Amino acid sequence: MTPEEILQGLYDETLVGNGPRVLELTNDGLALDMEPQTLLFDALIPSLEEVGARFERGDFFVPEMLIAGRAMAGAMERLRPLLAETGVETIGKFLMGTVKGDVHDIGKNLVNIMLEGAGFEVIDLGVQVAPEKFVAAIEEHQPDIVGFSAFLTTTMPMFKANMNALEKAGIRNDVIVMVGGAPVTQEYADAVGADGYAADASQTVKRAKALLHEKRATVPA
Amino acid sequence: MSAPRLETRLRSASQEVVIGHDTRFCLIGERINPTGRRIFQEQLRAGDLSAIERDVQAQVEGGADVLDVNMGVPLTDEADLLAKAITLVQKLTDKPICIDSSVVEALEAGLAVYQGRALVNSITAEDERMAQILPLVKKYDAAIIALPNDEDEIPMEVDKRIELTRKIVHVATTEYGIAQADIVIDPLAMPIGADGTVALTFFETVRRIRDEFGVNMTCGASNVSFGMPSRHALGAAFLPMAMQAGLTSAIMDTRTPQIVEAVKAADVLLGHDEWGGAWIAAHRARQAATA
Repeated sequence: MTPEEILQGLYDETLVGNGPRVLELTNDGLALDMEPQTLLFDALIPSLEEVGARFERGDFFVPEMLIAGRAMAGAMERLRPLLAETGVETIGKFLMGTVKGDVHDIGKNLVNIMLEGAGFEVIDLGVQVAPEKFVAAIEEHQPDIVGFSAFLTTTMPMFKANMNALEKAGIRNDVIVMVGGAPVTQEYADAVGADGYAADASQTVKRAKALLHEKRATVPA
Repeated sequence: MSAPRLETRLRSASQEVVIGHDTRFCLIGERINPTGRRIFQEQLRAGDLSAIERDVQAQVEGGADVLDVNMGVPLTDEADLLAKAITLVQKLTDKPICIDSSVVEALEAGLAVYQGRALVNSITAEDERMAQILPLVKKYDAAIIALPNDEDEIPMEVDKRIELTRKIVHVATTEYGIAQADIVIDPLAMPIGADGTVALTFFETVRRIRDEFGVNMTCGASNVSFGMPSRHALGAAFLPMAMQAGLTSAIMDTRTPQIVEAVKAADVLLGHDEWGGAWIAAHRARQAATA
């Protein structure tokens, strides 16, 4: 296969969520001395972006998004150590968790898959994450973005508690805060002082990239 | 030996609805809920409850036996709003109400104004939730929906859900004096699009809860088809399967004839609609409407 065929194959097979084939093509590409970042940025990420776009249009459905994300994740497992060696940065680091008092995680897990698919490094703290645990994890991992997920109107107020904990620890301005979950609205996100909100997994990726872009444009590296 | 199968009796000021294993499936209309409806939320926040009237009418016309009322609008006084909404709904219909909130004060405000015997939505197996809400259920003589999840997780294994159901039934009956017949378990219907095994897990859980505890069960039926195309067809297949396993009610949008008819047909097939009486009456009503 030519490198062009490998890239086209990776794009097409990721789009349909063919995990084994995506891994095979990734290995084939590496055997041809293709750069890991070429495989990532010229095939895998564009494919997942297309998956997201189709999902938003209503042409793709949850299972398709899941298998495409998993196919991509399989390739990433192979590529990540190589990318680290070459010093290629991930798009950004995203720390994620469902807030304290809340054990819902299906939506959050979908968002994680799409974020990973878009090239983010995702650290998932799971469910029932207390404010102090978010603070400790932010200090440890230094993420670009932290995401708070809540599924209940009673647990949404934890967003504010988390924000207060970040303020108190003096790290509020070190990290972009995004919030989401079934009952959450843009209005509510604004009211708790979050930097961003998105209604679904695909929009989260877009919004995360945009927020990161804004931040990098304003803060000197 | 299976546990005796129990009946849950709900009432408005003038009407009784029985949820049970040998009777027709109970449809709990879910639409009186602002979650995900931005315009409705804005109206409610401004004190405008007029949209509720339309929703009540649509759910009742669609075949709802009970109406779920949820006023979970962020950044409002949910207790006040829920009490007003319940009073309004009871003026509009004689269907019993399922009072739905995750805010304890809102549940109490709703129960305080409610005329009849309500269904409260909901508790989990968390000790704190039970301690806050079950005394209210007892005080106002209501029935309660309980979800078998706890502070650690929403369990995906049947055994864990049964174990948490056992805990709920034990605590509610022995510590709070709630009749077992007044506990309605929601065995947790999850999206099939995210995991192809969740429906089988659900059916198995329902069957075991029916056989071990005899209690009634409900679920948020539309969850199952989340993120999938042709959601109504999935709902119309899911509910009859769940009914055969022992599900006795569902919280659903009754404006969907495809699902409502599938449920009514399953009632006939399971012997829950004697001589097909309700099925035939519905046919006559449609004939009369088009005549």
